[in-house]
Amino acid sequence: MKTSPRHRFRLYVAGESPHSATARRNLRELCAQCLADDYEIECIDVLVDPARALRDGVFITPTVVRVAPQPSRPVIGNLSQRETVLNALGLLPIAS
Amino acid sequence: MASPPKFPTGISGLDEISAGGLPRHRTTLLMGGPGSGKTVLTLQMLVNGARDRGEPAIFVAFEESSRRIIANTASFGWNLPALQKRRLFFLDAQPDPELVPAGGFDLGGLLAALDVKVKAMGATIIAFDAIDMLLGLLDDPAAEKRELHRLHQWLLARNLTAIITAKATMPERETSPPYGFLAFMVDCAIDLNHTVVTGVSQRNLRIHKYRGSAFAENAAPLVITATGIDIAGSRLNHAPATVSDERISTGVERLDAMLNGGYFRNASILVTGAPGTSKTTLAGAFAAAACARGENVLFTTFDSEAGELVRNLRSVGIRLDRAARAGRLHFHVTRSGTHNADVHFINIKAAALRHGIRCLVIDPISALAKIGNELTAHSVIERLIDWAKAADITVLCTSLISNAEPAAEATDLQISTIADTWLHLGYVVHAGERNRSLTIVKSRGTAHSNQVRELILRDDGITLADVYTAGGHVLMGTLRWEKEQADRADRQARENELQRKHLALRHAEEELESRLSLLQRELAQKREERAHWEKLVNHRDDAEAAGQAQVQALRHADPVPANPARPRRRRS
Repeated sequence: MKTSPRHRFRLYVAGESPHSATARRNLRELCAQCLADDYEIECIDVLVDPARALRDGVFITPTVVRVAPQPSRPVIGNLSQRETVLNALGLLPIAS
Repeated sequence: MASPPKFPTGISGLDEISAGGLPRHRTTLLMGGPGSGKTVLTLQMLVNGARDRGEPAIFVAFEESSRRIIANTASFGWNLPALQKRRLFFLDAQPDPELVPAGGFDLGGLLAALDVKVKAMGATIIAFDAIDMLLGLLDDPAAEKRELHRLHQWLLARNLTAIITAKATMPERETSPPYGFLAFMVDCAIDLNHTVVTGVSQRNLRIHKYRGSAFAENAAPLVITATGIDIAGSRLNHAPATVSDERISTGVERLDAMLNGGYFRNASILVTGAPGTSKTTLAGAFAAAACARGENVLFTTFDSEAGELVRNLRSVGIRLDRAARAGRLHFHVTRSGTHNADVHFINIKAAALRHGIRCLVIDPISALAKIGNELTAHSVIERLIDWAKAADITVLCTSLISNAEPAAEATDLQISTIADTWLHLGYVVHAGERNRSLTIVKSRGTAHSNQVRELILRDDGITLADVYTAGGHVLMGTLRWEKEQADRADRQARENELQRKHLALRHAEEELESRLSLLQRELAQKREERAHWEKLVNHRDDAEAAGQAQVQALRHADPVPANPARPRRRRS
């Protein structure tokens, strides 16, 4: 069993708003396609923890960043633009 | 109609044209091109509310970081660090420039974060600076509209007063969808404009919409001063200025007399003339007289140095240096080319208030109308004079007019129509000499001399001299002196002649008198002689009669009547 996944992501969402819900689903799907099980998503709901949003300076929801291996550029939106997201987060689909 | 509640901006001109400030519990949109003063104006309104009324405020910065905004406004002396402790909160919400947009998003996160802050501070006002940065990321008219609507609803639900600024140039403001929607959504919309007219920067502010409130519709000049933005508002409700009967000295005794006691207090005085006709000197005399009365004076001088001015006026006995040392006289030295007319006006106003002045000198006011300012200068001067009257300040402006003929009575700025008293200084060139003349062209509400006077500068001050008019020419300078000399000689000659005549007559009189007494003496003598002679005749007649009587008695003749014979003898 692996102890800690190699890829870690942090996703900021605003409750169950349509964009936030879509982003959650899209990110999970992309990770599953590209990284098998080797990933972890930390989901922060700014409606629940607004102080965290203030502290992290994240005001656009949804926003996702790759925390590891190296921090990536932040990607905003519902992540429906698949190619853009893969590029920005450095993901490569696993050849089936 | 009752006016809706207002959020005073603390900027006097803006509060004037908006009849009290921004709509409270409503949203105001501030649109303008880059560098039009949106950020400064917004922050200033927040700062004023926090400082003057203790209203906690939140500033959401979408474009510039709060650090830069604080640094950029540090010179205004708003003391932001002190306010930031409790009443002013900056939220840095600049989108990361590295940001990768990948689909639709919303402002849920921002509003959730702000909710926390608004509650914690009890904020009453919130500003979103450069909403265009956010709208640019959305890149979809439907989404832009949806998010603006979300923001608006959020503000209304919290009863917040809000300011949203948007960087938008003129055509965008009218045609681009989000701005059209924004303008419709808000209760108050203000445009900031920044144009350059023949090289001179002109800024103005215009309220183009204000639901449920009166407002001034015309563009009002906007000026960035040392303490922030100032708006040259024209008062919606015009308060009448104080009218005074008090006279104050012009600083020249004979001019006071010509004006029947001096200038009126709170009047506006215009001194026009060609270069070198002593306009500044006359202004200096007025300033020195005011300082001597114990009044504070602001001497605004364009394009010349205070030191030079002091030195030049000292040479004619006007001691501005002493007045300055006594803290009465304050110089406002400025270059006409550095600002537009509105900025100059606001700076003069600020200096005037700082020193609590009663008298103001602007030398020359024509500097306000230099290249690029012709359009605004007239309105600025009008407002300046209006303001001075309302503020109980007597203002003396000099103005350069190239036309030496005061009959060409149109000064370029048309201030002559606003001025209460207008003095014109000119040169009279005649017989190889150039002399200064002073005329009172007009002086409202006061009897004044219609005489042209010669203005004479001496090392102990200014004085006026009567001029001679000879053969349709006004004589001044050497000619006047010569004429005076000639007149004196004439007078002397006339006096001598009189004296001579007087003496001659006296002599004649004396001679006649002596002749008269001689004749009288002669007459008396003759009378005496005649009396004597008559006595002799009478005596002889008596003797004759006695003789005849004796003869008759001797002859015993009858008596002869004596009387008829006597007159015949007397006549012989």
